[in-house]
Amino acid sequence: MTAHHAPAPVSPEDARIAPKPRLRRFQQASWDEKLIFELGSPGERGVLVPAPDPAIAPVEIPPALRRAEPPALPEMSQQQVLRHYLRLSQENLGADLNIDVGQGTCTMKYSPKVNDQFVRDPRIAALHPLQDEDTVQGVLGIIHSLELLLKEISGMDRVSLQPAAGSAAIYTNVAMIRAYFAARGELEQRDEVITTIFSHPSNAACAKTAGFKVITLHPDADGYPDIEALKAAVGPRTAALLITNPEDTGIYNPRIEEFVRIVHEAGGLCSYDQANANGILGITRAREAGFDLCHFNLHKTFSTPHACGGPAAGASAVTEELAPYLPRPTVEFDGERYRLDDDRPESIGKMRPFYGVVPNLVRAYAWIMSLGAEGLRSAAETAVLNNNYLLHKVRRIPGVSVPYAQGRPRVEQVRYSWQKLHEDTGLHSEDIGLRAADFGTHYWTSHHPYLVPEPMTLEPTESYTRADLDEYVAILTEIAREAYESPETVRTAPHRSTIHRIRPETLEDPATWAVSWRAYRRKILGEATR
Amino acid sequence: MVNPVAGLGGRVGLGGTDGRERRHRALALGARALAGERAAAALRELRELRAGSGVGAGAGAGAGAGAGAGALGGAVAEPEVVTAAGAMGADSVAAAGLTARVVYVPGAGDETSAEDTLAAVRAVVAEGVDLLLLAGGDGTARDVLTALDGVHCPVLGVPTGVKMHSAVFGVSPRAAGQVAAAWLARSGSVRLRDAEVMDRDEDELRAGRVASRLYGWLPVPDVPVRVQQRKTGSTAGAPEAVGGIAAEVAERVGDGLLALGPGSTTRAVAAALGADVSLTGVDVLALRPGHPTEVVLRDGGEDALLAAGPCWIGLSPIGGQGFLLGRGNQQISPRVLRAAGGRERLLVLCTEQKLASLGGRPLLLDTGDEALDAELAGHLPVITGRRRTSLYRLTT
Repeated sequence: MTAHHAPAPVSPEDARIAPKPRLRRFQQASWDEKLIFELGSPGERGVLVPAPDPAIAPVEIPPALRRAEPPALPEMSQQQVLRHYLRLSQENLGADLNIDVGQGTCTMKYSPKVNDQFVRDPRIAALHPLQDEDTVQGVLGIIHSLELLLKEISGMDRVSLQPAAGSAAIYTNVAMIRAYFAARGELEQRDEVITTIFSHPSNAACAKTAGFKVITLHPDADGYPDIEALKAAVGPRTAALLITNPEDTGIYNPRIEEFVRIVHEAGGLCSYDQANANGILGITRAREAGFDLCHFNLHKTFSTPHACGGPAAGASAVTEELAPYLPRPTVEFDGERYRLDDDRPESIGKMRPFYGVVPNLVRAYAWIMSLGAEGLRSAAETAVLNNNYLLHKVRRIPGVSVPYAQGRPRVEQVRYSWQKLHEDTGLHSEDIGLRAADFGTHYWTSHHPYLVPEPMTLEPTESYTRADLDEYVAILTEIAREAYESPETVRTAPHRSTIHRIRPETLEDPATWAVSWRAYRRKILGEATR
Repeated sequence: MVNPVAGLGGRVGLGGTDGRERRHRALALGARALAGERAAAALRELRELRAGSGVGAGAGAGAGAGAGAGALGGAVAEPEVVTAAGAMGADSVAAAGLTARVVYVPGAGDETSAEDTLAAVRAVVAEGVDLLLLAGGDGTARDVLTALDGVHCPVLGVPTGVKMHSAVFGVSPRAAGQVAAAWLARSGSVRLRDAEVMDRDEDELRAGRVASRLYGWLPVPDVPVRVQQRKTGSTAGAPEAVGGIAAEVAERVGDGLLALGPGSTTRAVAAALGADVSLTGVDVLALRPGHPTEVVLRDGGEDALLAAGPCWIGLSPIGGQGFLLGRGNQQISPRVLRAAGGRERLLVLCTEQKLASLGGRPLLLDTGDEALDAELAGHLPVITGRRRTSLYRLTT
């Protein structure tokens, strides 16, 4: 009897052919691409814009507004433009390319591409904000429906989608708190806002920008917001508590209702930072915890793209008592027709021209509708499961510790510490994060100040597979091994990126910055410019 | 510069070994000198990091490109070491596998003295060193302060003493070696900070009171363990934060008197308020909106502070342990604190970054008056910027 034998595997020494390595060896492109202003040539064109239809009367631009000479814009063909931006994109590490679980507190979940198709549909893309209400009933319907969905998700009574980002939504809430106390004649007296150091720093920043004094609570020994500190902080001057929960450590404050009660008893309002509601969607709501206001960040929780600083979209949600102060106009529906209501005398005014960043509202609406109520809860549960799976693995990596709330699971993220590894090797958390770039990923440390020493904040969300998380853990494990065995490899990383290291002092020295073509010519090329 | 007898008294429970008699008692009790070993551990770490960075630069060709800082590659091999003979340094240098040039030899006799420390420091500094490593405790740090007498030389302590209230020491000998390596490599992110030199007042101690004095500051390389090296945004932002704190203090005090205790933050705040204050003492400033700040009392003692009239009291945590009251500022006595109006008139000044560096440990107080300590303890508002406070625990 003859047996069929599998062919013998290729010898590992056989240099002609080899299996894929266990860890990928990422190599970033380096194009040394010129600035777009340095490309092209005079007269070169990408598109020929047709002349206006003679039927359309030419718009007369007043002479005083006309330029003396045309702007010095780049002149180039379509192909050059395409190539330029593709090259630049290869020098980035985009969210769609890497296992982007290292942006804890910023939640890089997958943004489904079909939602982008909706946004590019001419029925959305060709809208103009100055169109008559009657011609935009569809998009007003989407906005109104999204408001109703977020109302249900938060448990609050009214929602505004005007804020252009999460921080803008926090500012909207603070502005409403200010208007509320001003209307009651208590604003002079109530000039203090309380927050915690593990809440997102935008809470403190917005409160201060709106003119409040800020009191920050530090955690107790277990890492929970210190309730004794809260009791010491509240009083007749308390305007509001702005608090994240779970905090940036991924720890859920089990006494959140008591926090709210203490502040309410002192006469203050409570605003819940739910920018990242990824671990609690469909599980707990701001309303049940007793809050008066809350906000969502549509890119963190509802999958719209991060957009590198905007435009994003935020949602402010309030109880009936605060509804009169919502930004105007609001979108109202009488059962037949949607309309914009600008007649709101107590409103804090406009947070943004027109009514919000519509493309992101469409994406968030599509995401919620595609998941449904059960799907939202399932997304949250998967995100929490992924996070605790990652926690279980990462805490075993040499040099890692998990400060606070020992032995307890975390919600959607964890702030780890490399302090032990730092003490053993002298390397910093930033060094580890930079070395991760050689394996095609990265992570973020933490907001300042570093309360957790040598921090690393990981948030896997529901988007990533178990294999993705295992690969991420394998990368961190490998870097920890290198840190102990060949620390210089880590100290001098990344080795395979477009730019290896940025000199830190240049970040603080405006003399080295060139944020415009003109500044580049003057500072870098040494040309005399106007 | 190794103080061979530093730390002798620690394990035998004698405390600091300032003075010959106490050292002899310590030795009679079986004490063993550890300073030399700990200094060698720091030097070994320094040597390995230096050697490692040389190798790393070679192996990772081009890796350090654009990163001018030496710590990131391209560093040189062995550091050039100058030291004093025998147990005062040369022995530790040899034990660490380095070679040294000896520039001072202590006098004959079986043990060294503070005079030897002073002379050795002067001899070493005269060589124009980039960094003076001192292995010792608070007493040794004081001797270095005296020897330098205003001459600028970066200093770093390898902790070997019993008493280490001063803020000049690394957290461990190895950590000191790492900081030294980063400083010598002139990594762009390493700067100097003024660190307090403090020591217990032995006379007070013998009278049954724990007390310490602030003697001055030494420039120490600042490799902040908890501060990001390569910033991605504004961090400690020390000058801005201090400016904000000063503006807040000015608003709270209004037209009034402000007694400022010693400390690097209070000094910086005084400077931002336009006052030239004494180095280690308690000064009283007269603030008046729209007018220049006046120093109405310089380096005042308890009685002078009481005589100055009702003051706001500005304090910042000093030393390596987060003491707010009772170490280095005993002039601000229970009587002074009560006369000022207690808790309501305390202005605790500290940047958020410095608070974070306490690692969650509370601020400490020990005024010597238990009732007052109990009254002051609890959650205290710490001024961290303009219109910004953090509630932070203060305990005995």
